[in-house]
Amino acid sequence: MRKLIPALLLSVFAAAPALADVTLLNVSYDVMRDFYKDYNPVFAKHYQAKFNDKVTIQQSHGGSSKQARSVIDGLEADVVTMNQSTDIDAIVDKGRQINAGWEKKFPNEAAPFSSLQVLIVRKGNPKGIKDWNDLVKPGVQVIVPNPKTSGNGRYTFLAAWGYAAKLPGGNDAKARDFVTGVFKNVPVLDAGGRAATTTFMQRNIGDVLVTFENEAEMIAREFGRGGFEVVYPSISIDADLPVAVVDKVVDKKGTRKAAEAYLQYLWSPEGQEVAAQNYLRPRDKAVAAKYAKQFPAVKLFGIDEFGGWKVAQKKYFDDGGIYDQVAASIAKR
Amino acid sequence: MAGGVNNAPRSIVTTETRPVRIVLTGIALAFIGLFLVVPLVSVFIEAFRQGWHLYLAALVEPDALSAIKLTLITAAIAVPLNLVFGLSAAWAIAKFEFRGKSMLITLIDLPFAVSPVVAGLIYVLLFGAQGWWGPWLADHDIKIIFAVPGIVLATVFVTFPFVARELIPLMEAQGSDEEQAAMVLGATGWQMFWRVTLPNIKWGLLYGVILANARAMGEFGAVSVVSGHVRGETNTIPLHVEILYNEYNFVAAFACASLLALLALVTLALKSWVEWRTERLAAEDRRHATEE
Repeated sequence: MRKLIPALLLSVFAAAPALADVTLLNVSYDVMRDFYKDYNPVFAKHYQAKFNDKVTIQQSHGGSSKQARSVIDGLEADVVTMNQSTDIDAIVDKGRQINAGWEKKFPNEAAPFSSLQVLIVRKGNPKGIKDWNDLVKPGVQVIVPNPKTSGNGRYTFLAAWGYAAKLPGGNDAKARDFVTGVFKNVPVLDAGGRAATTTFMQRNIGDVLVTFENEAEMIAREFGRGGFEVVYPSISIDADLPVAVVDKVVDKKGTRKAAEAYLQYLWSPEGQEVAAQNYLRPRDKAVAAKYAKQFPAVKLFGIDEFGGWKVAQKKYFDDGGIYDQVAASIAKR
Repeated sequence: MAGGVNNAPRSIVTTETRPVRIVLTGIALAFIGLFLVVPLVSVFIEAFRQGWHLYLAALVEPDALSAIKLTLITAAIAVPLNLVFGLSAAWAIAKFEFRGKSMLITLIDLPFAVSPVVAGLIYVLLFGAQGWWGPWLADHDIKIIFAVPGIVLATVFVTFPFVARELIPLMEAQGSDEEQAAMVLGATGWQMFWRVTLPNIKWGLLYGVILANARAMGEFGAVSVVSGHVRGETNTIPLHVEILYNEYNFVAAFACASLLALLALVTLALKSWVEWRTERLAAEDRRHATEE
């Protein structure tokens, strides 16, 4: 306590934040915290060495769509780093802070790395969960964040849909029944991916958590590797994680150079290495080869099979869309 | 909420039998234990789970310090604003008759009736980039939402009724006789306010301020909507607690939560003290009255 009070007083009366040459605000989604915590210092060092400018990066995290909404409403982000392109497109359409064509400004449709949906089960896999079809079994509780508010949840919805549609004899009607079965087994719909993890690991609810591959590694770091197992399904969805410079903000603040360098450096071997260490699948071939052991080969399908995010968002997740119909049919039972 | 200050003593006449009384008291105590005491204690246990050092480290970490600082600044602006507004509103309502008075009373209660999230969204709609005044604000480079002014505005909104709600019944009960006497004896408006009105209401006023302050520091919903969650910039203590919790940093989350819990305990202690003071003063008044 004796140490605390002077420190508090000091902070109240004296603490003006140390002014750096450039300050960037990176508005991102929930589970990206850990990656950018590692990446920011690496980039700052690189920038300082190259341009002799000091750069400070501020972070804001939350559910991806909520974060996009904040940028639309005026949160002055220099860059946005999201988990699906619809959130960036929303900023283009509704807020006009980002110019159209952002996905062409960087390689790989502006997605420096990718992830995929995996199944996380309790130690020893007591329910014997091996693939998507085990999620519809009676008595299996599935933890998934809400597809209405979370990109993570939308990827899960589409991954399960794609699995069922691609089975021999599969079609849209069967896929819809299958997904209804999965969501019928969801006892809690959290707003974001991180909250879903907390529900599964901390509150100990559910038999299987469906989330991004990189989130599984975060769980291992925070809760230890002994408590759970990662199950790779037979097929999953390729989640490209796009980034964009917020044109209107950087032009106003005069931070375009630093903001573009910040995102461009994500594709550098150093940036890709940090990504791989955080279990994000890198684009760089050399880095991918080096970390091949931690990324098992999984059959993947992309969002393009659903007509791209714009079409998929409208068909499945907008108000009155298929997800709403599925949720309503579950509520009725 | 209102009327907490003047509890007239009453004689206790109960007709319930002993077992009924024991069962009722038991239920009440079990409820309080389960829903209030256990969670409160658990906050402190979790906070100190890994020792003093980690507890202190969590509180002096730069992001935590900035959250504490922002919370104090917010309360320091919001509470005096509410004090001034509450006093003038209660004064106008209790001492004067005018058209629209009942309307004003209802409006003062609005922040209690509206969900804090809606309160936050109102400000986003007004001051957000896509809001009514957003383009004008952007042209003049004025930042309200996702900056300190927005957080203060949202806090002022949710704490709006506390002081006024405390004072209105008190001032109405006292009537305006003493003020009229002061006027007749030639007091100016200020003299009347400082020498007659304020001494009469000071304990009720203090009570309202304590409650407003507790809410200002603890508000989550409205502030969460307008904050933008920039670490070290626009996070108040409650928002910082949520972030830490989501980062699996449970010790730090509970350490910061324990600050808020401590604030609640101090608030309660102050509140009881104010109640005790007012009751004693009221008792003295009654004694004087009977002696005369």
